[in-house]
Amino acid sequence: MKFLCVECDRQMAFEDRAVPGDGTLAAVFKCPDCDHRTAMLANPMETQLVSSLGVKVGGRTVPESNLEGIRTGVTTGRDEVFVEPSSTRPAAVRWSVDAVERLGHVPSFVRGMVKKIYTEYARERGIEEMTPDVMDRARSDLGLEGM
Amino acid sequence: MASGIRTYHEVDEVPSDLPDQIAAQDARVASRLASVRHVVGVMSGKGGVGKSLITALLATAVARRGGRVGLIDADLNGPSAARLLGVRPGRLVDGPDGLEPAVSPTGVRLMSMALLIEPGRTLAWRDAADAGFVWRGVQERGALREFLADVAWGRLDLLLVDLPPGTQRLAELHGLVPELAGAVAVTIPSPAARDSVARSLDLARARELPVLGVIENMSGVLCEACGAATPLHAGDAGRELAQRFEVPLLARLPFDPSLGAAADEGRLDAWWSEADGAAADLAALADRLCGPDATDDAEPTAADGGEAP
Repeated sequence: MKFLCVECDRQMAFEDRAVPGDGTLAAVFKCPDCDHRTAMLANPMETQLVSSLGVKVGGRTVPESNLEGIRTGVTTGRDEVFVEPSSTRPAAVRWSVDAVERLGHVPSFVRGMVKKIYTEYARERGIEEMTPDVMDRARSDLGLEGM
Repeated sequence: MASGIRTYHEVDEVPSDLPDQIAAQDARVASRLASVRHVVGVMSGKGGVGKSLITALLATAVARRGGRVGLIDADLNGPSAARLLGVRPGRLVDGPDGLEPAVSPTGVRLMSMALLIEPGRTLAWRDAADAGFVWRGVQERGALREFLADVAWGRLDLLLVDLPPGTQRLAELHGLVPELAGAVAVTIPSPAARDSVARSLDLARARELPVLGVIENMSGVLCEACGAATPLHAGDAGRELAQRFEVPLLARLPFDPSLGAAADEGRLDAWWSEADGAAADLAALADRLCGPDATDDAEPTAADGGEAP
């Protein structure tokens, strides 16, 4: 799928992606000449089809996690099945009580993967404490549906 | 276009990165399997022929002979390899170099959906649009890709993939693993099984996928008192398939209650020490699959001679 600015006869470039959490996807495209923007709104079926392929509209924002498709796609996963190696050094990011409470709402089958992504997001930006606000920003910046 | 708007193929200023993402997925599989000498699929067009048992037996045979072997239980909706190999679901270490597989008491490295889902639950996928049937096949292919690419298999002589029933499954595996050493087809003697497996073999031949041979399971039942074999099914599917598709009949396994008990208990290794005949054929096949070239023509086995084991 491509988007063409009819006025300028230029292909529009991907600019941003949003995942509101209701199974849908919004992707914003911008004309490089006139800066006109248009949004592609994908319904849940379209979004799921892309997600099933393991690809991200506009490109990946975080490296692929191990068994990412299974962990985010399976709803009958076993609790606490994935553990980090004992040699992993503690993350330099503190988790606030509120952030831990919110993380607790994530199904445990995928929780470890989500925590790692959020932690990496904070570490790369020099953020010392994970809070719900930081989680919101990460979710928006990284396009993490349902995380 | 009459309106003057360029067509899809005429607009190419901004290349899509989706093909690159797909290529990256393929590269991830190839990179992981670079340390695996041979990948072999075990297939059947029909369910219930004992394909998973045969796969677990082959893996055990390789491990018993000191080979490094892994097993992917690609039967996502009916996983049984963990039980057959005596692996209890536990925690899996998600390391930077991949997810550590479970390891059976005999040393078989295993990844199976049975290790990941709640005991007693069926595999269910998130389905935002309540139309999972549309993309179920894509999700299952993605799961197999992740089992291949994301598990820290390490150096292996052989990686066996226990494919679910269905004629297309081998082609799907081959799409993910172009260097596939080949496939072993499993059947039981009955004409119904023969016809189902023939369809899978026919498709494999049409796509020029390498087939290493046929294994016939439940080739009669052994009398526990005298050891004589009595037919369990009408038919001679193993031999007929081997002849029709010009591939070796690699082994014939009679129904053996002691094997059934060992499988239920996850102690295939214990059965091995008491077995002969068919076990010897499987051991020979294990040697061949771990050899320099798994696709070399096998020496004729006892099964090729047409004698009941």
